[in-house]
Amino acid sequence: MTVKQRRLKLQAVRLLMGLALLGYVLFLAFPLVWLLATAFKPTSEIFTTGEFLPRAPTIANFGEAIRDLGVLNSAWNTFFVSITSAIITLAISMPISYMLARRSSALNRAVMVWILVSQTFPLILIIVPLFLILARFGLVNSHLGLIIVYVVWSLPFVLWMLQGYIKSIPVELEEAATVDGATQLQVIRFILLPLVIPGLVATGLYAFITSWNEFFFALVLLKSPELMTIQVNLSRLRGLEGLARWGPLAAGSVLATLPTLILFAYMQRRLVSGMLAGGVKT
Amino acid sequence: MTRRSGMQSPGHVPLWLFLPTLIPVFLLSVLPLFQGIWLGFTDYTLGAPEQRFIFFDNFSRMFKDSQFWGSFQVGAIWTFSVTAGVVVSGMGLALLLNAKLPLQGLARVLVLIPWAIPPIIKGVIWRLVYHPQAGFLNNGLVSAGVLSEPIDWLNSFTWSLPAVILVGIWTGLPQATVVLLAGLQTIPDELYEAAALDGASSWALFRFITFPLLLPVIMATTALEFMWQFNSFGLVYTLTEGGPAGTTRLPMLFAYEEAFRFGNLAYASALGTAMVIVVGALVLYTVRGQIAQERS
Repeated sequence: MTVKQRRLKLQAVRLLMGLALLGYVLFLAFPLVWLLATAFKPTSEIFTTGEFLPRAPTIANFGEAIRDLGVLNSAWNTFFVSITSAIITLAISMPISYMLARRSSALNRAVMVWILVSQTFPLILIIVPLFLILARFGLVNSHLGLIIVYVVWSLPFVLWMLQGYIKSIPVELEEAATVDGATQLQVIRFILLPLVIPGLVATGLYAFITSWNEFFFALVLLKSPELMTIQVNLSRLRGLEGLARWGPLAAGSVLATLPTLILFAYMQRRLVSGMLAGGVKT
Repeated sequence: MTRRSGMQSPGHVPLWLFLPTLIPVFLLSVLPLFQGIWLGFTDYTLGAPEQRFIFFDNFSRMFKDSQFWGSFQVGAIWTFSVTAGVVVSGMGLALLLNAKLPLQGLARVLVLIPWAIPPIIKGVIWRLVYHPQAGFLNNGLVSAGVLSEPIDWLNSFTWSLPAVILVGIWTGLPQATVVLLAGLQTIPDELYEAAALDGASSWALFRFITFPLLLPVIMATTALEFMWQFNSFGLVYTLTEGGPAGTTRLPMLFAYEEAFRFGNLAYASALGTAMVIVVGALVLYTVRGQIAQERS
């Protein structure tokens, strides 16, 4: 084979690979684009034209989603529950993850094993006992109950991410400060905290997104329509109203996806590196 | 020389300082799990005044329950198909994203899209895709002449499970790809250069360098994916609610109905325990295989 032939073959292979990648991107991204297009179509068009772009784009669906489906109220519920549980989770995890990152003891290993084991447990085994506990304190069908469940549920992974971030900060920095006479609290306040803030932000956003997207616990715990999170609200609309409501439902779905999509675009790199800290050996 | 008193190594904070945070974690996270397993051995139903310990009655009931066998069978098909689909196509996508093709940065962001969408919205999106009149899948297949008339994919006995599995793969693909891609990037270029100098074909490069070095990451991804998929709930609940006639009723959907539609909390807990046993056994088996392989 001449050099020219070989180069030609290489180009053909790369062209095929490019096409395969394009196929993947279309498969993964197009359904969302279709949802977006549907959200701007008048109801009459959704079922008749079969075209991708709306002929007469309208924002009526968004108005209807907010007015009739209560999307704004449920979005606010979700935001409140998610932000509160993210903050509480971070506050609880900070000291434990510091201990996990810097000490190695039997307790330490036990916590690590529990973090991994908790990944195998089906949600039903967690929610039944928690449901009974919450019922005893009258916290079923309340945001406080849901917040408690979210804190418990997101804790393992948050601990895992945070201890990874803390481990990546050289322990020598803390030792140097200790040699200079800093107390343990000063070391944490002035050396560790500033360095770990990016990690805290990423982990907090992760906890926020997890709660924002969560469905099962909210479905089990919240019964009153005015308390429902946006996921439960949208899942409920699907069966009840049937065909005619697809436009507002698509619009509501777009609204429910926006916060996570924006946060995700913003923190994509960091989230990935945080997930891999400790996960993949380098 | 011993350390001077007062100069402690970092992290040597007294243990009791952590108790205020460890105790709630223990009470709300570790204890309920054990309580959940315990409940599976009782006859507790929602609102019952007390619970009796009934040993393995729930489990023997399970073995006679055709719905249990049905849902675990659906769960097995779903889990194996989605896990295999995610790992294999994730591997392909990771290799493509690592191949220095044009517009790679953009592609790397775009393929993450399903990851950022809430599971319920994924369900809404795919109900729209599969819709007999409004969906582009039917429109496309009919106008291409593959189908003579649109199929109601999610309400068909034949097609509901495959249709749901495809959505499962779509959902799991981004995360698996990211992990595999990160694994690929840890493989030093020198290995490929040396092998290429020796005249190795690209298949040989993959077979003898990429695959063996990536195997631990592949196994870890497979095991995690397996656990997540077997315990999956929200996506299929929105797509089909387990229907038609239980053809897509995953174990979690079955347990949810038992617990919160019929109030059989004890039976649902026993189902949960059975799920842990199945998943645990399979994951252990997988990990065993890998350990044995590494030893030989």
